[in-house]
Amino acid sequence: MATRQTQSLARLMRAPAIILLLIWMLVPLGMTLYYSFLNYNLLSPGTTSWAGWFNYQYFYTDPAFFQSIWNTLVLVLGVLLITVCGGIAIALLIDKPIFGQGIVRILVISPFFVMPPVAALIWKNMIMHPSYGVFADIAKFFGATPVDWFAQYPLLSIILIVAWQWLPFATLILLTALQSLDGEQVEAAEMDGASAFARFTHLTLPHMSRAITVVILIQTIFLLGVYAEILVTTNGGPGYASTNLTYLIYRAARLNFDIGGAAAGGIIAVILANIVAIFLMRAVGKNLD
Amino acid sequence: MGSITLKSVRKAFGEVEVIPGVDLEINEGEFVVFVGPSGCGKSTLLRLIAGLEDVTDGQIMIDGKNVTDASPAKRGLAMVFQSYALYPHMSVRKNIAFPLKMAKMPEAEREKRVQHAAGILNLTDYLDRRPGQLSGGQRQRVAIGRAIVREPSAFLFDEPLSNLDAALRVNMRVEISELHKKLATTMIYVTHDQVEAMTMADKIVVLRAGRIEQVGSPLELYRSPANRFVGGFIGSPNMNFIEGEVAAKMGAHAIGVRPEHFHMSTSDGLLGGTVGVAEHLGSDTFLHIDLDNGPHIIARAEGEFPVHHGDRVYLTPQEGRVYRFDQNGLAI
Ligand SMILES: Nc1ncnc2c1ncn2[C@@H]1O[C@H](COP(=O)(O)OP(=O)(O)OP(=O)(O)O)[C@@H](O)[C@H]1O
Ligand SMILES: [Mg+2]
Repeated sequence: MATRQTQSLARLMRAPAIILLLIWMLVPLGMTLYYSFLNYNLLSPGTTSWAGWFNYQYFYTDPAFFQSIWNTLVLVLGVLLITVCGGIAIALLIDKPIFGQGIVRILVISPFFVMPPVAALIWKNMIMHPSYGVFADIAKFFGATPVDWFAQYPLLSIILIVAWQWLPFATLILLTALQSLDGEQVEAAEMDGASAFARFTHLTLPHMSRAITVVILIQTIFLLGVYAEILVTTNGGPGYASTNLTYLIYRAARLNFDIGGAAAGGIIAVILANIVAIFLMRAVGKNLD
Repeated sequence: MGSITLKSVRKAFGEVEVIPGVDLEINEGEFVVFVGPSGCGKSTLLRLIAGLEDVTDGQIMIDGKNVTDASPAKRGLAMVFQSYALYPHMSVRKNIAFPLKMAKMPEAEREKRVQHAAGILNLTDYLDRRPGQLSGGQRQRVAIGRAIVREPSAFLFDEPLSNLDAALRVNMRVEISELHKKLATTMIYVTHDQVEAMTMADKIVVLRAGRIEQVGSPLELYRSPANRFVGGFIGSPNMNFIEGEVAAKMGAHAIGVRPEHFHMSTSDGLLGGTVGVAEHLGSDTFLHIDLDNGPHIIARAEGEFPVHHGDRVYLTPQEGRVYRFDQNGLAI
């Protein structure tokens, strides 16, 4: 009785927030959906007309379309791989008592506070630049030809920059997980004859599985929408080599002023994100219970 | 298999010397209990034997072999932790089999040993559960199971029962004692509960501030404590200490009398006092008595003894049951 009352009261109290969120989500989605069926170009804003499936067809037949989807997936997976593996490694390292631990931890976290375009510009002009970047200096020091990162390995460069930005997040979450590992369990495993490697695979890794899942899910959401880093470095090029879906949409909207086409791209991006989400929840969601 | 020798083992954490030097001989198959107040270094001593802490100085020998620098796994000991330290994401079966898996034992042999251990510990029905789905006592048994499958040369227990409720504690105490009889393997058991120590041990090691105060069988410690500390620690309720004139008459700085070693009377006796709290349990009567110009003591009378708050009683220590201690607290 009391529970039922509390429940309906709770539902009532929750309603305003949920309705607001729903409106917040549904209105833009509805408008995007609507625009995606219009011929609507900002170069001639007065002359909108019904386009049917044309925008989708146009987007779909764009030679960059499949490549951008592929690039999106490579970008997401590449960054996830680097941040999860690197995050575990760094977390393991800074979990050990070392000299200047506090400073080291702050340094490790700090990339997260640098805004994406700034970070990308720093990487572009000071680290990866073929004539005066740090990497070029290192290459020259060893007598090798400097690599022109953004021309030769555009997607890899973007992956490295984005991974650098997200590594602190992964490290932080994985470090807290690591620190909550029960010391007596580790000692018990030591007595049971488990080597350091066996302790890692049988104890530490399963203990961190939930944190790893959280890292993967949260990062995927953000990585599907990576955009600023591409804009300030490669502009999606050369060709379409570093164009992801988000950037392709940006291109349609801002370079071609094609609102209808961009909206269609947006809807496709939403569908792709949902497909990825379904796969992810299937694959790792069970760790969350 | 299973004799352990400590030779002037010393342990310091940085500046703090926790164990100033311990010599101890543990024979094969013995059930040895370390007791002492909180913080006296029992766990530290056990962890030194296990190899989870490095000794600062001294030697540890197992079966005559010097293992001072050997890793925990190499010492062939098994430990049961206070928190059980089960692996939460593994089933009970996998938990128990873990040390065998680490030893690269073939699957079939592993399963056989797990079944055997589960049989001994009544865990057969729970093998596929996770530790989180077990009661405290069952978890305790899984931890013991994980220890016994390895057939170690000695078991180390660090306060294994302190997380259990009183009734279960008594049960598990009996079970561990029975296990010891069955396996006849050396066991070292840490507790601060002197009842556990008295009931389970072949040999009790009383520790204070990292030093061994006395080593002996439970009754040896009960009958002839080496000093005031051991006298006060062993036995429940605690031994009463009386200083001053009465003690001086017996040629001691202080005398100790256990609560159960008083003749009680309402008319006459050596020591007079007033009853404070009287606990009538039927089987026993515990009296908290304020002695005339003396300390507060506890006395036990067998059966029923009809006195109440404020009554006067007279106590006479039993012949030969008075312990005399000198200025430094050593037994005379
Ligand atoms: N890692 C450590 N660093 C510094 N001091 C420690 C460390 N471990 C234990 N000590 C100190 O050593 C002393 C003995 O600790 P220990 O854990 O052996 O006590 P114990 O007898 O097991 O007590 P309890 O009955 O409360 O478990 C304590 O004073 C404790 O503060
Ligand atoms: Mg302890």
